[in-house]
Amino acid sequence: MKLTIGHLYPDLLNLYGDRGNIQCFRKRLEWRGIEAEVVPFLSGDAIDFSGLDIVLLGGGSDREQELVCGFLKHIREDFKIYVEEGGVVLAVCGGYQLLGKYYRTEKKTIEGLGILDITTDWKPERLIRDIVLESPLFDRPVVGFENHGGRTEIGAHTPFGKVVYGFGNTGDSGYEGVVYKNVIATYLHGPLLPKNPHVCDYLLERALKKKYGEEASLAPLPDDMETKANRYIAERYNDKKYILKETIKRHT
Amino acid sequence: MSDRTAIKIKIKSWVTFMRVRSRLAIRFAKITSGLIKLMNRGSGVTLPGYVARRIDPDILGEMARQVRGKTIVTMGTNGKTTTNAILCRALESEGKKVIINRTGANMLNGIISAFVLATDRRGRLDADYACIEVDEISSVGVLPKLKPDCALLTNISRDQLDRFGEVDITYGKLLTAVRSVPETTLIINCDDILSYSLAEESGNPFVSYGIDEQIFDDISRSEIRESIFCRKCGKKLEYDFFHYGQLGIYRCPACGFARPEPDYTAAGIRMDGEVYSFDLDGMHIDSTARTPYNIYNTLSAYTALKTMGAGYAGFKEMIEAFDYGNNRESIFTINGARVQLHLAKNPIGFQQKISLVLKDEKPKDIIIQINDTAQDGRDISWLWDVDFQYLADSSAEKILTAGTRRYDMGLRLKYEDIPCETTEDLKAAVTERTVNGTKNLYVIVNYSGLYRTNHMLTELEKEEVQA
Repeated sequence: MKLTIGHLYPDLLNLYGDRGNIQCFRKRLEWRGIEAEVVPFLSGDAIDFSGLDIVLLGGGSDREQELVCGFLKHIREDFKIYVEEGGVVLAVCGGYQLLGKYYRTEKKTIEGLGILDITTDWKPERLIRDIVLESPLFDRPVVGFENHGGRTEIGAHTPFGKVVYGFGNTGDSGYEGVVYKNVIATYLHGPLLPKNPHVCDYLLERALKKKYGEEASLAPLPDDMETKANRYIAERYNDKKYILKETIKRHT
Repeated sequence: MSDRTAIKIKIKSWVTFMRVRSRLAIRFAKITSGLIKLMNRGSGVTLPGYVARRIDPDILGEMARQVRGKTIVTMGTNGKTTTNAILCRALESEGKKVIINRTGANMLNGIISAFVLATDRRGRLDADYACIEVDEISSVGVLPKLKPDCALLTNISRDQLDRFGEVDITYGKLLTAVRSVPETTLIINCDDILSYSLAEESGNPFVSYGIDEQIFDDISRSEIRESIFCRKCGKKLEYDFFHYGQLGIYRCPACGFARPEPDYTAAGIRMDGEVYSFDLDGMHIDSTARTPYNIYNTLSAYTALKTMGAGYAGFKEMIEAFDYGNNRESIFTINGARVQLHLAKNPIGFQQKISLVLKDEKPKDIIIQINDTAQDGRDISWLWDVDFQYLADSSAEKILTAGTRRYDMGLRLKYEDIPCETTEDLKAAVTERTVNGTKNLYVIVNYSGLYRTNHMLTELEKEEVQA
């Protein structure tokens, strides 16, 4: 078996650590004896979505995002078909915003792909901190780090998770990200996947089933280190004393 | 009494009035510093500055005006401390009195501390020059007060994104800071498109330095790049080659924006054994630099000295005896083992350490401690921007991870198929490795662990001497 992972615009959207998501996809396939091919598409490259099993759209700075927008126009239709047909997508931060209709900053409005019925508005105070989610897709928490100026209204979409600690989509909606078909779109860096192997395996399994049929499945892996890293953050923000200490520190 | 004398007296009394407040501020800052030392509560480099600033908000301006010669600030993501140390050493070697802020004290309070704690009993500063390292975010508040003659910018790359937001925000802060002091001459690395754009955009006078030769190997060259798109027209830049990160010889195919011919350059760069030699402004320098980053640091410092018109006459002699270690890397002997302490706080810095570890071919043990306090940056995503895969060829017998985010560091290595273990007790791990290991131990820590680990290793070394 083999999965092909398309990494979109790593030359523009390579905001810190996101390549850890690629490495996680790759290794968790290889460790199970499944071949993994990662194809980076640089800005301006033509993209044949029919050859891809997973698409990763990472985060970039506001300035770079504007540049990406120019390239997105050319792939909009193909990307949309890929998503509607059940193609697997992980979109992080800037990538999440770009899946929506627009991203409006104080200066201009960046038009998105319009694949999700969501909109994002920029505000000067960035939402920056560790974040813990509960997602109905998983029996374990999803942990990460958020750092975004955009506030995303997700309308009628299903959120990725409920915010246990942190800000989430808007800072006060109580929810984070979007799950749509086989797309997970989220603000979570960290990078997301290594500390949340359940999310990685969820996406990998979706891609395998789509390509090889429902009987395709993933063998379990020894996830001792992953579990400990996940639990460290989840438990830290389950501890009221720690949260209080951190809040005091932040304000002094 | 002539009018002029009257005005002089007036100014004098005004100065004396100002100085009552300043002197009070200095007095209390010194008491605070004394108390911190007495209670052994850390190195006490920031609180005294805070106290002084609360008493006299203009204390930094007051101090800066007392510097007889010139003031230079050093900013940028990597190389600040080393570059500043070279500047200071060069000026001191000419018998100049220099005020410098030490490692880690590069935000407003730390800088004020450096000045006020250097004053005499009457609150007066005896300084010919001030060499001040300034944190990029703090630069906006510090520069207008200091009004430096020169501002040296080493490079701009990603660092503590949870504090800085993104690299464009850092860029914006630096731009605001240098624009607030339009007469300050910038010293910039023109191989870095971000630094060069900033100098062009600021309108400040600037002097540039750069290197035309490819001197960075694959291991020390971080592949993570900022902004390889033209800041003028948005087209993708073409590069002859990359030094590291986005640094290199660039040109925009669309609008013609290109890396300029630098005013100062290091050429004929050769590795002789473990150290570099190179030609600089008509001198041949047999340096003690072991990494190409330190050639940049040397070049930038020299450019600044020439620009200031001081400290360059005996440069060759000074730099050939210069120790680039400057306390960030300390070597200890514990249980008969050689223990090196290194600070690595961002991707480029960490990449440099990995390159250093690989240059040592002897078997070794490595302990990496990663914390996530506010000082370190709460976000540890940057670990994934470091090319740790090279550690697979580092002849490491054992790799241990420590610190609050030891599991994240462990995961980073796991996803390169590099075996490692984690420890909750750094001291016990150091003791165990120095007794049972290869006798060649590297301890790499990020910011918040540096002071405590240095202290711990010093104590372990002392215990050994006593035993």
